[in-house]
Amino acid sequence: MLLIACACAAQLWVSAASAQGIRVQDDRGVTVQWAQAPQRVVSLLPSLTESVCALGACGRLVGVDRYSNFPDQVRQLPQLGGGLDPQLERVVLLKPDVVLVALGTRVVEPLQRLGIPVLAFDTQNMADVERVLRLLQQVLNSGNADSLISTMHADIQAAADRVGPLQPKLRVYYEVSPGPYAAGPASFMGQLLSRLGADNIVQASLGAFPKLNPEFVVRANPDLILIHEAHAAGLAKRVGWTSIKALQTHRVCRFTPQQSDVLERPGPRMGQAAQMLANCMLAQPQPEKHPYPQALPKPKPSM
Amino acid sequence: MTAPPKLSTADTPAQTPALTQAQNPSLPIGKALGALVLVSVVGLLLSVRVGPDMGLDFWRMGSDPAALQIVQDIRLPRGLGAWLAGALLGLSGALAQAVFRNPLADPYLLGSASGAALGVAWSLVAWSTVSAAGGVLAWGGVSIKLGMTGVAFIGALGAVLLTVALARGVQHTLRLLLAGVVVGVVLGALSSLLMLIKPEALLRMQSFMWGSTTYLDWVDCGLMGLVWVLCLSLAVCLGRPLDALNLGQDAAQSLGVPVGRVRAACLVLLSLATATAVAQTGLIAFVGLAAPHMVKRWLPLASRPWLVLSAGMGGVLLLLADVLSRALIAPQELPVGIMTAVLGGGYLLWLMRRPASLG
Repeated sequence: MLLIACACAAQLWVSAASAQGIRVQDDRGVTVQWAQAPQRVVSLLPSLTESVCALGACGRLVGVDRYSNFPDQVRQLPQLGGGLDPQLERVVLLKPDVVLVALGTRVVEPLQRLGIPVLAFDTQNMADVERVLRLLQQVLNSGNADSLISTMHADIQAAADRVGPLQPKLRVYYEVSPGPYAAGPASFMGQLLSRLGADNIVQASLGAFPKLNPEFVVRANPDLILIHEAHAAGLAKRVGWTSIKALQTHRVCRFTPQQSDVLERPGPRMGQAAQMLANCMLAQPQPEKHPYPQALPKPKPSM
Repeated sequence: MTAPPKLSTADTPAQTPALTQAQNPSLPIGKALGALVLVSVVGLLLSVRVGPDMGLDFWRMGSDPAALQIVQDIRLPRGLGAWLAGALLGLSGALAQAVFRNPLADPYLLGSASGAALGVAWSLVAWSTVSAAGGVLAWGGVSIKLGMTGVAFIGALGAVLLTVALARGVQHTLRLLLAGVVVGVVLGALSSLLMLIKPEALLRMQSFMWGSTTYLDWVDCGLMGLVWVLCLSLAVCLGRPLDALNLGQDAAQSLGVPVGRVRAACLVLLSLATATAVAQTGLIAFVGLAAPHMVKRWLPLASRPWLVLSAGMGGVLLLLADVLSRALIAPQELPVGIMTAVLGGGYLLWLMRRPASLG
């Protein structure tokens, strides 16, 4: 219900007459237009950077935020701060035709005031990812969003086929950050997991990325935990967590920073993310070399 | 800044600063004002000069529209806005220290900054609902900024009144500060709760929590300038009653000063000044506490010139902190709130190490 309303409200709106140039409406509901496709693009969100590149317009990027790191060629570009602390002045100096940002960043207003077109996007779920890709194709007049989307769906389907119907269903907990914040079924990660036949321990009603009570996870007793490797080491130290089935049976998928980038960015690499999730769901239980609750010994400095 | 030892007791109420001032009237005040104006102007020039692209030749603004735009629409409003926000915080800190006769009173310790931040958080949440319907910015940022400042003012005033009520009056220093800390923490928690309920507003609120001068524009400058002039002129009118209050409540009453009304006026003014600064720049720590202290160490003054100079000093402090935050790791920059917290915290620690200074 909410998803449909969201998708309808933010439905991209493109004018029929091409003579008027390019006219789109972003997720703020603001209509922006250009006489011709923007040639100088600044992206202040990694997933948008990836989307621009996937549409074959990587060469038009003139600056990115400090977290954009994929594909490799964007690492050469000027870094203009983060989404929270963008460097307004450097953005302006690059004279972009359009600046792509996340919905809700404060930089939108000063950029508008300075006469720089801004597109703000709210990407929560897979429908949003598709919508943004189509809209960016329209704006940049480059690439083929439909083929990207169908490849993405084919990859997701392949991953789902690979996992097959698991009986009983795997009950999973995807920890986005150690709040603990979970990826709920309404998030794009949650959607991917349910496409693969997993059962999220979090109800959809809690929202996309709810903050959980650690006790909730213990009581839900997931079969499988997905987590960034940086936070995996502390799992067994959390009170009561060693009794969780996933930890007992060593079914914890630890993702490297590169893998987490793929999984946690609502962008064109979601097919790849689905494959990664499938690998995780199919992986044999892997006890750590140093089993819980022992921590890895740290190499001592020579001094 | 070297202060002769005899000046360091200036904040003990028994001392009558008015006397000291009478011995050498207006001359040091004039000099101090002149120095502050000079440093402000230098700071503003630096603020125009210092930026990520140091090669930008701002002498050729006339021929380079990009340079002109950056100076005119980004660096000038940012520098001026930083000065004004600092001046508002400095004035509000001085007012707080005067009305509570407490050298540790400042917009933060009284909870008024947290109240203002809660107001901002509330309006961000409300605004995110409105903006989903679309096109709010179309009718100009002015109304939103005014509204946000208004809500922040209500929050700030409410927080100060709550602090005073919890402390059962303004007499007991320790109780007042503890109440202020309690109110600050509770209101801060409420802000966090709002963000948790409405994650869409989190991104915006985060930049308020850090304190930022990046987004300042001419509208902000105009708004802060108006409020600053208003608050400063009213505060100056309160100068003499505050001097009397400095002698103690009973003495002031015997001099015919309407103590209650003076205090109420001061609370309203300091809430308005704090709220206006917080609504435009977010939470910027220590300026309100450090600026009045620096002036006091510099010159022993009657309330009136002290309020004016504290406001100026606050402006200078935040302006220079902003310039530094841009220059230190250029072309990247630090959020200015982090800079003032480090600098202001360092200054107060240094002050603490000199036992004679804090009365």
